Amino acid sequence: MRNTLLLATITATLFSSTLVVADSEIKPIQQQLDMLRTEYEQRIQALEEQLLKTKEDSQPEQTAAREVQSVLKHNKPSIKPPSVQSNFNPAINLILDGRYANFGNDPEGYELPGFALGPESGLGKKGFSVGHTELVMSANIDNKFYGKLTLAVAEHDRATEVELEEAFIQTLGLGNGLTVKGGRFFSAIGYLNKQHSHSWDFADAPLIYRGLFGNQLNDDGVQVSYIAPTDTFLKFGAELLSGSRFPAAGNTNDIGAWTVFTELGGDIGIEHSWQLGLSHWQASDIKDRQSGGHAHGGVAVETPSFSGNSKINAVDFVYKWAPNGNPKNQNFKLQAEYFDRKETGTVTMLNSGPPVEKTSYEGHQKGWYAQAVYRFKPQWQAGLRYDQLSSRNKGSDTGVLGEAALDNEGHTQKRTSVALDWLPSEYSRVRVQFNKDDSYENSDNQFILQYTMSLGSHGAHPF
Amino acid sequence: MFYQWMTKMGLAVLLFSFGANATYAQINVFACEPEWAALTRQLGGTAVKVFSATTNQQDPHHIQARPSLIAKVRRADLLVCTGADLEIGWLPLLLRKSGNGNILAGTPGHFMASDYVELLEKRAVLDRAMGDIHAAGNPHIHFDPQRIQLIANVLTQRLIKIDPANKTLYRQNGQDFSQQWQQAIKGWHRAAKALRGTKIVVGHNNWVYLEQWLGLVKVATLEPKPGIPPTSRHLGKVLAQLKQNPAAMILISSAQNDKSARWLEKRTAIPRIELAFGPAKNKTLEQWFGQIVAQLVKSGS
Repeated sequence: MRNTLLLATITATLFSSTLVVADSEIKPIQQQLDMLRTEYEQRIQALEEQLLKTKEDSQPEQTAAREVQSVLKHNKPSIKPPSVQSNFNPAINLILDGRYANFGNDPEGYELPGFALGPESGLGKKGFSVGHTELVMSANIDNKFYGKLTLAVAEHDRATEVELEEAFIQTLGLGNGLTVKGGRFFSAIGYLNKQHSHSWDFADAPLIYRGLFGNQLNDDGVQVSYIAPTDTFLKFGAELLSGSRFPAAGNTNDIGAWTVFTELGGDIGIEHSWQLGLSHWQASDIKDRQSGGHAHGGVAVETPSFSGNSKINAVDFVYKWAPNGNPKNQNFKLQAEYFDRKETGTVTMLNSGPPVEKTSYEGHQKGWYAQAVYRFKPQWQAGLRYDQLSSRNKGSDTGVLGEAALDNEGHTQKRTSVALDWLPSEYSRVRVQFNKDDSYENSDNQFILQYTMSLGSHGAHPF
Repeated sequence: MFYQWMTKMGLAVLLFSFGANATYAQINVFACEPEWAALTRQLGGTAVKVFSATTNQQDPHHIQARPSLIAKVRRADLLVCTGADLEIGWLPLLLRKSGNGNILAGTPGHFMASDYVELLEKRAVLDRAMGDIHAAGNPHIHFDPQRIQLIANVLTQRLIKIDPANKTLYRQNGQDFSQQWQQAIKGWHRAAKALRGTKIVVGHNNWVYLEQWLGLVKVATLEPKPGIPPTSRHLGKVLAQLKQNPAAMILISSAQNDKSARWLEKRTAIPRIELAFGPAKNKTLEQWFGQIVAQLVKSGS
């Protein structure tokens, strides 16, 4: 009796192994199988009846019979629609972000001497405020393209503004490791720049990001990248950008800025992984890049304007550790970036004079930050960050440079930050952060309490 | 006896594949979890080169899309994963970044095991307040040997489709696997007969297929909600419940934090069993299942 059952099981299995073939071949097999199934089911029924009568050692047989039945039951032709990556199409994700901030100094007086700050580069509001509320929609458009939109809603000067942060399409499976991206996207310069600010480990951008990019650099254009067929991750890429957004400006050429970048990465055993990035951004013909001027009574007077060319070189490094390769319970992340910018051109003070104040300009600014974040419990992580900047800007009229906030006043900018995050789940985070900020000569103590919550379909975060 | 048998079979397969396969390049397989790596290795034999993205010490829900994984997906001819949203936090990103068209959804190189078996615990209502749950059903299907059999059957066909030159090899391997596997299942059934009805406490709700297969009865879960780490309040409740109505064992997986399980073991004297959540490196599915059954039987008796 056991042998019969074994035979039945094996036969069923063997038949089922020929089941999933091209559609045209399935029907006859299915009919055969259906016949077999009926036959087996009858046999099994008979067997089961017999088995019930057998008192001795009846358990394994019954189990076996159940197994055969279950195999038969599952052996419907196993053609199902391929799994969908998301139950929503497109995947919709909403990020809610709010904070309470307290600064020792007046945030209106914030400056970064030696760096002409772009828009949105300040400290933000004192007290309670809602940060960037982001609406993200993304989906595979078809088997060739992926698309993503990120809208950021924020309030500036009591007016609610909607900003288009990202709106791009990207090729899928172009082959040979090639990917082409087009539209508006975060430039591949640096490490943090490619990530959404809500996934950063601190509530504010590193000082060098604030100084060079106005926190983050996105632009319109096209990006091509190639991954080499090697065991070590090796990626090369280039971007052609409009150059119409800070720190480039003005529609001078069709291609106002461009980048080249490379990424190298790998694992050391199961617990350690690393990534090294080198990138270069260049805008050769910037016209009238305005930076935050001295505001007097809400009217911007004497706004500095730069025209000329600008080059940025960057190095970034990330190292991550997770015991047994499980980052959820415990992990450590060390990250550092270095930026170096050289600019030549002229700086004009708009609305000045007459005569209009003007100087030749040769700027050299650099800065770095290093941060360590330790997830010591599944729901808790602590972070420590250190920032440092320096600049050496020259010009024919040092007075004008000073007015344009391009004179570092002999000051080395530093900032030390500590943060503690509570992460009840992967969708929510409450953070306290403290900065000792020496961005300018008056040292500032900054305290930020921040929540960041993710509603809906939350996409995977890149490394 | 199994091992003898397996060695013989293995030898036969080896000899066979030498003859059939000498001139063809191996196909690159990217397996998301070690169980699918083991299965593909067995079914593909020498015709495949299998890389496992995770070990049995890793929780496949929470893997980072590391550069090394992108580099592997970039060169893969076949992807063998669980699906059912288990890898939702990292696999889509790998696919998107890889620039590899052979393994995208809808292509023969994209094999999701959960597409070919019935899943338990499909959810009608989805709310994040319920914790980290999967809409498509519980994805930890590899704890049911019969489901593995079904998946092996389809995977064999898939290997043939991708690499028709080695058709005979795959077919032979598939048949050998089925035979050994069904034989092994019988052995496990005999060994685990007494476990039916055993009450268990689980760390995370990822044993449902094992429970169903061996007839184990889950009476409590250490996580208050799936994916939410145990709280002292919830553990207190579980402790009180177990004092009233004791269980025979606490099951936790090798990829899980065992702190709360240890705590409970100390308080209740219920033995804590740490089961490998998948085969260890270079172990077969049969060795892994055999180990699990042996551990359970040892503790249950």
